Amino acid sequence: MKKEEIPQDRSKLEDKNIREVCYAVDKDGKYTTGLSTGWEAKSIALDLSMEHLNEQIEEARQAVLNGSKSPIYYFMWKEKMDVGVLAGYMHKYRWKIKRHFKPKVFNKLNTNTKAKYAEIFGIELKQLENFNE
Amino acid sequence: MNKLDFEHRQSAHCENGVAANIFQYNGINIDEPLVFGIGAGLFFIYIPFLKVNQGPAVSYRPMPGWIFSRASRRLGIDIKREHFRSIDKSFEALDRNLDKGIASGLQVGVYHLPYLPDEYRFHFNAHNLVVYGKKGNEYLISDPVMEHTTSLTKDELARARFTKGVFSPRGHMYYPTTVPHSFDFEKAISAGIKRTTHDMLAPVPYIGANGIKYVSKKILYWKENHGIKKTNHYLAQIIRMQEEIGTGGGGFRFIYGAFLQRASEILNRPELFELSHNMTKIGDDWRAWALLASRVCRNRDKESDGYERLSKMMIQISKQEKQFFLDLKKTMK
Repeated sequence: MKKEEIPQDRSKLEDKNIREVCYAVDKDGKYTTGLSTGWEAKSIALDLSMEHLNEQIEEARQAVLNGSKSPIYYFMWKEKMDVGVLAGYMHKYRWKIKRHFKPKVFNKLNTNTKAKYAEIFGIELKQLENFNE
Repeated sequence: MNKLDFEHRQSAHCENGVAANIFQYNGINIDEPLVFGIGAGLFFIYIPFLKVNQGPAVSYRPMPGWIFSRASRRLGIDIKREHFRSIDKSFEALDRNLDKGIASGLQVGVYHLPYLPDEYRFHFNAHNLVVYGKKGNEYLISDPVMEHTTSLTKDELARARFTKGVFSPRGHMYYPTTVPHSFDFEKAISAGIKRTTHDMLAPVPYIGANGIKYVSKKILYWKENHGIKKTNHYLAQIIRMQEEIGTGGGGFRFIYGAFLQRASEILNRPELFELSHNMTKIGDDWRAWALLASRVCRNRDKESDGYERLSKMMIQISKQEKQFFLDLKKTMK
């Protein structure tokens, strides 16, 4: 990559005024660095990943609404977590977390456990108990 | 207020940047490409059976922490790594280091860094930054991928230091304990290059040049067996691993080119300078691959043989890298 070819495309980095370092060569082929505001290829890849994530959140929402999953499942996706991350924060085994995805099990959970989930998701306990997303 | 005389230099990759800035603070004249090359940061691996964000686990770099450890070892610098169970103890240790005038590197989770855009904040726990001071309840942060220094409150930093999931940092803090007076850069560079050629030419299907070839075949397999939608998601994941903040472009290949030029000056070997041009070309090919891949993902219909072309391009890159590292190995003999 030549120094003058360092891409200056629009990207999500602009929101926070971030520019990143790229390594590139000058006309003699000697390396130097330059700043980039973003690159089209990367933005597309990031957008695709975000779309993928949003689809998953939507699927999870539907699953909670039709009663096949508990609200924990939805909020886990919404916080971009997976079972491993959530299990880490809850100090519980993964299989226990997966069990809590079952609405039947979720309804029997004690308030302390639910409150802990709510705290991890950064929401109020009632948002977890009365699902309304 | 407690502030160290620490120079913040922006870098492409967090681990190199932290290492280079901490070494510089300890009086070693070193920059990012040198740390990267000595730490043998160039790599390629496809990890079978493992999924990351429901996509393939492809990495252009070795395990987090290895670059720093290898670079320290090869330069004869002793480092200490500490983990903590309690948040209070971890901050006591950090404050103690600041009082002693030690700049400490911290491993943190990206998800809890408020100065990054939301889209970049996912549960990735192997980011690195340096704490170089404290002002009231705020810690002064030198995050090497950022242009300028920033600060975090104790609560924010505590959340970032104790994130959970893969590579969970457990308050991980690291810093040099003894730094020698003189360094044998020649020896360190040779050892770094040797390790990289060894890795990239590994006779294993998933690693190095062979790994690239393996993934090139996988692209066609994914298209046949998982469908276009899933394949596109997988490709997007690979592009992000290759180009997203921290690689300096082209999956670290350009940083490695810069390292070879530094090495050619220090070792006084012009042939390494010549080889760096080949590395630049390989980096350019990776960039071209990423660009085509992103377009294939977006305009699904227009290019009917897009995936075949991507696969072919990758096979070419694999061949070039194999040749490159064979040449490099021969040069260093």
